[in-house]
Formats: sequence, C-alpha cells, structure tokens
Amino acid sequence: MGGHKLETFLLNSIIPIIFLGLSAGAIYLSGYSAAYVVQEVFTRLGRNLFLVLALIIPIMAGMGLNFGMVLGAMAGQIALIMVVDWAVIGLPGLLLASIMSVPLAIVFGILAGMVLNRAKGSEMVTSFILGFFAKGVYDLTVLFGMGSIIPVDNPELVLSRGFGIRNAVSLIDTRGALDQMIMLNIEMFGQPIQIPLGTYLVIALFGLLIVWFRRTKLGQDMRAVSQSMPVAQAAGINVDRTRLLAIVISTVLGAFGQLIYLQNMGTLSTYNSHDQAAMYAIAALLVGGASVTRATLVNAVVGVLLFHILFFSAPMAGKAMLGKAEIGEYFRVFIAYGVIAAALVLHAWRRRRSESIALKAAAQNLAARQAGESA
Amino acid sequence: MTGDDMTDDPGGLFRCEGISKAFGDTRVLTDVSFSVGRGEVVALVGENGAGKSTLMNICFGMPSIIETGGYSGQLYLDGQPVRFGSPKEALEAGIGMVHQEFSLIPGFTGTENILLNREPVNRSLLESVFGGRINALDRPRMEERAGTALSKLGVTLDQQTHVSQMPVGNKQFLEIAREIDRSRTRLLVLDEPTAVLAESEASILLEAIRKLAADGLGIIFISHRLREVMELCHKVVVLRDGHKVAEMPTRETSVRQIAAFMVHRDKEEAEEQRVAKDFSAAPTALSVRHLWVDMPGERVDDVNLEIRENEIFGLAGLAGQGKLGIPAGIMGLKPAGGEVDFYGQKLPLNDPRACLAAGLAFVSEDRRGVGLLLAESIQMNIGFTAMQLQKQFLKNYFLFATVDEAALEKNALKYIDELAIKCSGPLQKAGHLSGGNQQKVCLAKAFTLAPRLMFVSEPTRGIDVGAKALVLNALRRYNQELGTTVVVTSSELEELRSVCHRIAVINEGRVAGILPASAPLEHFGLLMSGEEVEPEASAPCGEAVPAEVGA
Amino acid sequence: MNSIKNMIETAGWPRIIIGLFLLSLFMVAPLVGVKVSTSIHDTIVRFGRNGVMVLAMVPMIRSGCGLNFGLPLGIIGGILGILISVEMELVGMSGFLTALGLGVVFAAFLGWGYGILLNMVKGDEMMIATYVGFSSVAFMCMAWLLMPFKSAAMVLSYGGSGLRTTISMDDFWTDLLSCSLLDMLPDAAASFFSQLDISFLYKILPDGLVAWAVSVVQFIFLEQAMGMILFFGFMCFLVWLFFRTKVGQAMNAVGQNPDFARASGISVDKMRVLSVVLSTVLGAVGIIVYAQSYGFVQLYLAPLYMAFPAVAAVLLGGAAVGRVAIVHVLVGTFLFQGILAMTPSVINSALKGLDISEVLRLIISNGMIIYALTRRTKEVR
Repeated sequence: MGGHKLETFLLNSIIPIIFLGLSAGAIYLSGYSAAYVVQEVFTRLGRNLFLVLALIIPIMAGMGLNFGMVLGAMAGQIALIMVVDWAVIGLPGLLLASIMSVPLAIVFGILAGMVLNRAKGSEMVTSFILGFFAKGVYDLTVLFGMGSIIPVDNPELVLSRGFGIRNAVSLIDTRGALDQMIMLNIEMFGQPIQIPLGTYLVIALFGLLIVWFRRTKLGQDMRAVSQSMPVAQAAGINVDRTRLLAIVISTVLGAFGQLIYLQNMGTLSTYNSHDQAAMYAIAALLVGGASVTRATLVNAVVGVLLFHILFFSAPMAGKAMLGKAEIGEYFRVFIAYGVIAAALVLHAWRRRRSESIALKAAAQNLAARQAGESA
Repeated sequence: MTGDDMTDDPGGLFRCEGISKAFGDTRVLTDVSFSVGRGEVVALVGENGAGKSTLMNICFGMPSIIETGGYSGQLYLDGQPVRFGSPKEALEAGIGMVHQEFSLIPGFTGTENILLNREPVNRSLLESVFGGRINALDRPRMEERAGTALSKLGVTLDQQTHVSQMPVGNKQFLEIAREIDRSRTRLLVLDEPTAVLAESEASILLEAIRKLAADGLGIIFISHRLREVMELCHKVVVLRDGHKVAEMPTRETSVRQIAAFMVHRDKEEAEEQRVAKDFSAAPTALSVRHLWVDMPGERVDDVNLEIRENEIFGLAGLAGQGKLGIPAGIMGLKPAGGEVDFYGQKLPLNDPRACLAAGLAFVSEDRRGVGLLLAESIQMNIGFTAMQLQKQFLKNYFLFATVDEAALEKNALKYIDELAIKCSGPLQKAGHLSGGNQQKVCLAKAFTLAPRLMFVSEPTRGIDVGAKALVLNALRRYNQELGTTVVVTSSELEELRSVCHRIAVINEGRVAGILPASAPLEHFGLLMSGEEVEPEASAPCGEAVPAEVGA
Repeated sequence: MNSIKNMIETAGWPRIIIGLFLLSLFMVAPLVGVKVSTSIHDTIVRFGRNGVMVLAMVPMIRSGCGLNFGLPLGIIGGILGILISVEMELVGMSGFLTALGLGVVFAAFLGWGYGILLNMVKGDEMMIATYVGFSSVAFMCMAWLLMPFKSAAMVLSYGGSGLRTTISMDDFWTDLLSCSLLDMLPDAAASFFSQLDISFLYKILPDGLVAWAVSVVQFIFLEQAMGMILFFGFMCFLVWLFFRTKVGQAMNAVGQNPDFARASGISVDKMRVLSVVLSTVLGAVGIIVYAQSYGFVQLYLAPLYMAFPAVAAVLLGGAAVGRVAIVHVLVGTFLFQGILAMTPSVINSALKGLDISEVLRLIISNGMIIYALTRRTKEVR
C-alpha cells in the first residue's frame, strides 16, 4: 500500500518536480543575480496569480480548463478603456473599472456557459474556440464600435481616423495603483526589493474566498456535478445552472485578474493583451501540478512561481547555452504549449488506466471466485 | 396486517386500483390492483416484460409514463387518491425508490451521498443576496443525520469513506439510507436490491428491511430470488403479461407455486413445432468451460456448456442474469476468460476476428449499437462483414480492389426476397428501417458469412408478430438446410421452446440447468428463481447437466 | 413549399447564409470598382492553394478521430520535405516531386506517432490534437534555428546559421502547377480550337449571350490556376477511391460505429492510426501545394493557426464532427476562400480605410467551429 501511495504522489507531482529542475537550470544558465530573480518572482507573483485563481472553480465543476477565461479578460479591458476615457485614474479608476467589469463579465459568462452546456464532454475545445470567436467580436467592438457607436472621445485613445481604439493604451496614471497601495521595501542580497503587499492582500482575500466557497452548498453541488452529471441531476441538482454559475464566477474573476495584471504592466495592448491570458494562466496552473479535474491554491502558487521563473530566465539561458536568445524564447512557448498537451494526455491516459485497472480487478475477482468454488 | 382482501383495510398505506397502461397499441398492464399496509413487506414478482417496472414507474410518477399518455386506474396513499406528475411529487408524498443501478457519486463519502442535495447548512446573511446555495454546509449535522439513517437500517459502516472504496453491499445500504433520511418516506420500493450482493451481504440487507418494516414502513420488494421472497415478505403479488395472476400471503404458498404462476400459459402454443430430436450422439460443436465475461448488467461468472453440431440451443433467463453476456464474451466483444473450443480447436478469446474467421457469427441484441451502420445502405450492411473477412464483394484492379456494388446488390436482393425485408430497395439506409426489418438485415449479414455456428441474441425483441414468425422460421430453415448450429438467446421462454432443441437457463451468471424444450414450464420457472429441478426432469442429452444444476 | 424546405435542410443554414453573402459580394464588386474576373481568379487560386489542406480533414473525421486540429504536424512534415529539396538545389518538377516524396515520408512517420498518441486519449482527441500541434510548432521553431542547413536561399544572411522566417520558392518551383487547360491540350487540338469559326453563332443567338459564353469559355481554357485545380481534383479522387476500398470501408465503419467495426473483426486502433497517418500525409502535400502557389515557405510560428481555416472550411462545407464527404471539402473550401478573397477587396473599398476582413474571418471561422461542436451532442443522442 505504501508503495502505491508513493507512486500516486510521484505521478501527481511529476510535473512540478521536472519544472523545479528546469527552472533551477535556467536560473543558473541565465546568470541573473539572486536579487534580480527574487524581485522578478515577487513582481510576477502579484501580476499573474489572480488570473490563475480564476481557473479553479470551473475545474471544481468538472468543466476542465477554462480557455474561455479570455472573455473575462476582455470584459476587464473594455471597462478599463472606458475608465481611461473618463479620466478616472489611480486606485479609484481601478476600482471603478473592477465594478464596471462585473456586469459585462456576468453577461459574457452566461453566454459562454450556455454554449458550454450544449457541448458537454468537449467543454475545453469549445471554450478554446469560443475564445477566438470572442476575439473577433471584441475586435469588431473596440476597433469599429468604440468612438462611433460607443462614445469614446479621448484623443489619446482613439485612432486618428476618428473611431476605434489605438493599439496601445498607456495606463501611466493607473500604473501600480494596487501594487503601490502597500509597498513593502526590504533589502535582500544587498539590493532593495519591493514587495507589492496590497496586491498580495487582494489575492489572499480571494484565495480565502475560494477555500470558503468549497464548503458552501454550491461548492458541494459543483463537486457532485463534476463527478456524475446524471446522479446529480437525479438528486435534484440543477446541473446546467450549476455549470453556468461556475463559468460566470470564472469570467468575473478573470476580469479582475486581467485588471490586476494590467495595472502592474502599465500599458494595455488593446488587441493582444487578452490573447495569452488564459493560456499562460493554464500553463502555470498545470506546472504547479494541477490536473484537468483537480486544482488547489497550492498548485496555483507553486505553478506561477516555477512557470514564471522559467519564463523570464529562458531567453538568457538560451543565449548562454546556444548563443541565441530566440532559442530561449521559443523554448518557453514550447513549454507553455507542451505542458498543456502533456497534462491533457496524462489526464486522458490516467482515466483509461483506472478503467483498465478496474477491469483487471473484476477479472481477478471472478477468477478467484471460480477457484474458491472448485476447491 | 396481512389479508387476502386489503381494499377495505383502513390501515392500508398504499393501494393501486385497476391500473392499466398501454404504450401505443401494446398493452403492458391490465387492471392491476394490490395494496401495501404499514409495516408490510410485499413482494412483486414476474418475468421480464410482465409489467413490474411499468407499474413501479407509474407509482413513482416517472416522465416516461406521463409522456406516453399517462395511465388509467387510481393510486391511494393513506386512503387519499393521489396522482404524481413527477418523481419529485412522489418523493414529497413519501414514496422512496431504490433503483437497480446505483445512483451514487464515487468520489463522495457515504455521508455526502446519503445527504446529496439535502445537506443541512449554516444559514448566513449572504443567503438573501446570493440564494440558499451560498450557505456553508453544516458538516457535523450531516454526519449525525447520516448516522441516524444508517442506524435505523441497523447496519454499521464507515460513513466517511469514499464510496469508490466501499464494498458493493455498503453502496446498497447507502442508497436505502438516502431514502430513509427523507423524514417523509413511508413507502419504500426496492428493485432487485440483492441482485449484486454476495449471500452474506444479502442476509444483512434482508435483516435491515425487516427492521424498517418493524418501524412501520411499507415496503415493495421486487426480486427474482423466490427463496428470499418466501423468507422476507408477508405477501406476494405475481404479475404475468400485465395481469395480476396471484396475490397471496407467503405462508400459504411455496416457491414452486409462485414459479408456476410466473411462467404458466393458458394454452400451449406452437406445440407442434417443438422438435424432440436427440443430439447426444452428434459431435460437439462448441465447448465452453469456466467462462467468465465482464459485461455490465449481464455479468457471467462461470458457465460450462456443450453445444452439439446442428442443434438449436437456447439460452434462457431473466434480464441481468448473464445470458446475453455469454455470446458477447465468446465472440470477443466483451472482456472474457475461460476456455472455449470450437470443433476441438481452441478459440482465442477477446479476438472477434479470429472467431469470425473460425466460422462463427453473431447477431447482437443491440441492433442499432452493434449490429448496424445506420447511415449506410442495406446492401453495404449485409455484405460488410463478409467483405472485410472473406474478401467478398470486391472488384479487383491491378493494384487495388474497390467495392463491387453490383455484387453487393445481388446478395442483398436475395435476402430481401428470402427474409421479406420491407424497404424501398437495397440502397435504402439501414437507419430508416423498422426494428423488425433491421433485425432481418442483421440476420442476413450473419447468413452471408455462411457460418458453421451462429449466435442470435434476442432475435425478436421489439418487433411485431408477423416479423417474429418470419425471423424464427428463417433460423429453423438455415439450421435444417445448411446444417448451421444455432445458439439463440432470448428473454421469451415460449419463443425458445418453440424453436430450440435444448435450453439452458442462466441464473446469476451460471447455468442453473439444461432442459429439453418439452420440459414443463414450471421447471423453467424454478430454475430462473434460483431453485433446483429433480434430475428426472433434466435434458435427455444428460452428461452436461447434473454437475451444474443449482447455484 | 416543401421542396424548398427540403433544399434548405439539405444545404443547411450556414451554407445558405455564407453562400448568399458571397454572392452579394460578387454582385457588389463591380459597383465599388473591383473587377469580377480578378475576384473570380483570386477565389480559384485560393481554392486550389488551400484545398488539399482541407482535404486533410477527411480521413480523421471519417475514422471518428474528430477534427484534425493537429494539422500543423503534417505541415511540419511537408516543410521538412521542401527544405531538403531546396538544400539539394533541385529545381522545377524534380524539386517539387522530391519535396512531395520526402514530405510524405516525414509526415507518415510523424502521423504514426501522433496516431498512437491519439489512441491513448480517445474521447479527448481534439483538444490534445490542438496542443500537440501547437507544441510541435514551437519545438520546430527551436529546430529551425539549429538545423544544419547550408543553402544560401534559406539561411539567415547574418550569422550564417538558422533558417529564415520566410523562404522564397521563386528560384525553385513557384507556380509549377500553374498552367491553363489550353496548355495541357495537345498542340493540334489547341490550334483546332483557336481556329474554330464561331461567327455562325452570332447569327442564331443574341450577340450579348455569345460574347458572354465566349468569355466564359476563354476564362476556363486560359485560367492559369487550372493545373493546380486539377491536381487538387486528383487528390480528391485518390481519397474518394481509397474510401471505396476494403480498408477505406473499414475505416468508415470505425468512425460510424466502433462497436460494429469490432464485431466485424476490424482493429479499431489500427484503422484510427492509419487515418491519422493519411490526414497528416495530406497535410504535408497540402503545404507543398500551398508553397508552390504562394511562392514562399513560412517557418517558425506561421503554421500555428493553419489548422483553423481548414477546419472551418470543411465544416462550412457541411461536414460535422463525425461526418464528412468530399463534396463538403469542395463546397467549404470554395465558400471560405471566396469570402477571404472577396472581403478585403470589396468591403475595404466600400468602407474606406476599414480593414474588417480579418475580424470577419475570425468570427466566421470560429463561429462555424462552435456551431459544429455544440451540434454534436444533439446528433449523438
């Protein structure tokens, strides 16, 4: 039994272990100073962790990795563009954007949830394509609708032709609004290090919220739905509504996450910022040892740490190793895609393995019975 | 508490009066009445298709009943007339039902499953904004309530273990505890609750049911194990072909009598076709030893059979007892083990191609699922397997061969004529045919392979009377004219008796006994109920029988 | 009334809407100053250029492996074939055929591994295919930087190692398949047609009609893309023929009903692997045809999203996740590429300064895929 437990543990944490090795190697090769690495880690943790948290609830509801989280990111961006247009800046601006993004994200989430409820069993691929579809609609709205139908007239936002939003929107006045709220300055390795405690507090708050959410009736219903939709339905749980709620929550959190990300970055790349939001968050979560059916806060934190260490040190490591920085850049893209592919394969393979184990057990059971009787 | 006439019993908890139900033109229930008193355990027995499940679906307000036009007759609960529009209404009125298939969530603990969607919560202010589902679960009270429900059953089990790690008996207890936890539950329907249990588990369950009855619950117990019925129930109601044929206290009857009621026929139909032919001298075509098959719902544990060349051999038994698993296992469609010899040659298991190549063919009971390519033409369906295995119906060119539609058509036309397949032509899609004609296409597919032995499962399920006779006659004809050995699996005992030479009754994954088709019906009924039949009643082809009789 | 309803049902709403949209684009084109003949030529060229990649969807859909989002794997195989052929400095037909031969071999090998992987993950094929495609593209990005190619046509001019992002095929075999029907006819026949006296037609038919007919005939015989179209047609014929053979029928059965196929003694896993190999090989052939017409091979992240237009096209043509015919490939490629060819020229010249075509492409192609994915559950039941 002990051997079996060890095997299960290794199987579950094989990916984090591999990435621990990869990250350590990349840091070593990149030659970055310890202080630089620590500062980057603190910054990126604040920047990315919230987006990763937004993925946990759909996984709880058995809907897999929510590639459709980009819809939330778009809601956040639309709200932010409006807020910038109204020249509400700093923390109030960020707050206003958060509040405004909620109804948008709820509407997007409901639409996405309805689509996904029609594609039970292939939620992931559908939410993935839904992300691309939404990108088309978003582009249409922002590039053609804003400034013409939707009133936006700040000349710094609008393209010279009179409508449509510029490629890059500077968030210089809102930059770091949350990070700077409580900034902890410490010294480490002889260098000053900044820790954005304000952001961390918000993340911790929502982390606790997720922990609490698991204990609610709704959380319990989601777990039931994820394991067996027919049984949950038979017990009177409204399966479709439960799944819809999971997607709505994820979309709203995605919007908040994107706002936190953007206030840290300080610029909004209008047509690209949301593109990779879901993918990098998913890759990070998986690097942390989550699977398609199980994800914890620990997975999220560990994943963001390991994935982003690798992410920022890969180009330099590539240059040091093979003389080409591009190698490192492509390597991290490969890692992001590859870890998702690996996690999906592992998930499917595990499911098949547990089926065949059950089959073997049944066969052994029958054989034993026969033997017992003939004896 | 018990009595022959319960209709006026003021203590009657639940009563059906004059229940009738038809699906389209088929009558499945005719004027059925019976009652259950408080603390009474009533057995409901009958063959497959006797109407048990339809009756229970009516009592439980299942949508399948309402969507097909409802029913006539009246249900009474506590003397009040009731009519349920949905299972929810039935539950609220106090009727609990434990279905044959488990309805549990494997990754949840016993407690979580017992209280699924009825969890007690700690209410909070958030409720008024976000609705009741935002309240946190009250874990201690959940454990307490689950414990109470289990103790009412009189069983102890670790309610905090995940269901996936529990033995099957505990799962059954959880299902029942779930119904008990509903404070309103007064009538409990148990559908074959002991079917999946080992003997020791079953006896604990029976004890628990007795305890529940002693607490005042009314219980309807559906089981094919007549011995359990005799042991547990106060009263037994026998259904046959949708009629109530008997209702009597168990102390005034016997297993033998109940079995006779279950299978009895008023007139012995098709007697003249029953062939008394002795095959004991014929060579063995198929020999099966210690076969097990993992087919969900039709598990086979340990089957031994000797099938003679050129005979028509029947496999009978109630649904879920494993008769359908035998051909599916031998043909490699379901994981199987054991030894199977075909004319002395060892047949590899789990390898459909080898079976087909050896000269076996299989007409599955699952026509639409396994038997047909619904989007392909009739002619392609009929010729497909022969094309794949025997390279028939191919037109050769220099380097490759393509489908020879003309040859396919010729072959299909032959069978359309012989089996009277009603269709617009050999190019009609198989999915557009009626059930009977689909069955004929499946048979034609098997005949095209010219097999030495063919398995036919449920050949007449869901098809009309005219097509039935045609299908059975075709089997007889191929058996006689081409000397094909045929193994027919069917839930219709009469049909088997009219076409087969010998019939094996399968019960709980084993051969309960082998009888000649001419054996009295009661003997079949007894074997299906897990009872034994005296040796002199067994088949003339003696050797295979005595060792396996009884469980 | 009923027959119209039936027609609509057989054609399907998405095709009718897109078809009408395309038709209106063709009708509006002259009004905004776009020449119809140019538009038609563009559409035909794009049709031939992309057709084989859409055809690469067919085997996998037929065997029940779903939409081939893993197309980039075949594209990688094809690109490897092209690169080696260029490195060998083969020009013209020999270069094209070498690329084709090598591409097919690489793709078959990659497809075989990919097929085995997909057998391990039955039920989740599409998502895994997408990410296997993505990660192999990213992996090859590193490989392109490191592969020891030497040809000056391909290697980055500075540094002397690593492949360029875009490699021109001009010096090798650009437009190799471009030839008109007239070019293909024997000289005698060609001269016979060119000297054909049709003046009598003007006497019995209205002049306008004859002139129109003559221009259509001229167009058909002189259209340079016909060679590529014929090649595409030949590939379609091969695939069609394959599905008429015993193995093709077996593959078909596996896709329609795996239990039926197993009961008929067919190895489901083997058929699925074979279908993946075929799809991947067709993907390789597809990118080679594409490259010879387009004139460039694009490396690095360019193949990343190439599967999506192909998937969308076949769905637009009337295929579903579990059902496809060659005609779906033809109709879908024509409609999809027609829209891509027409929207920039027509819409952008109508609405000055609005590059809306990219946005439309995103919405149409992904909307089509979502439509198919959400329809599937209904069909299965």
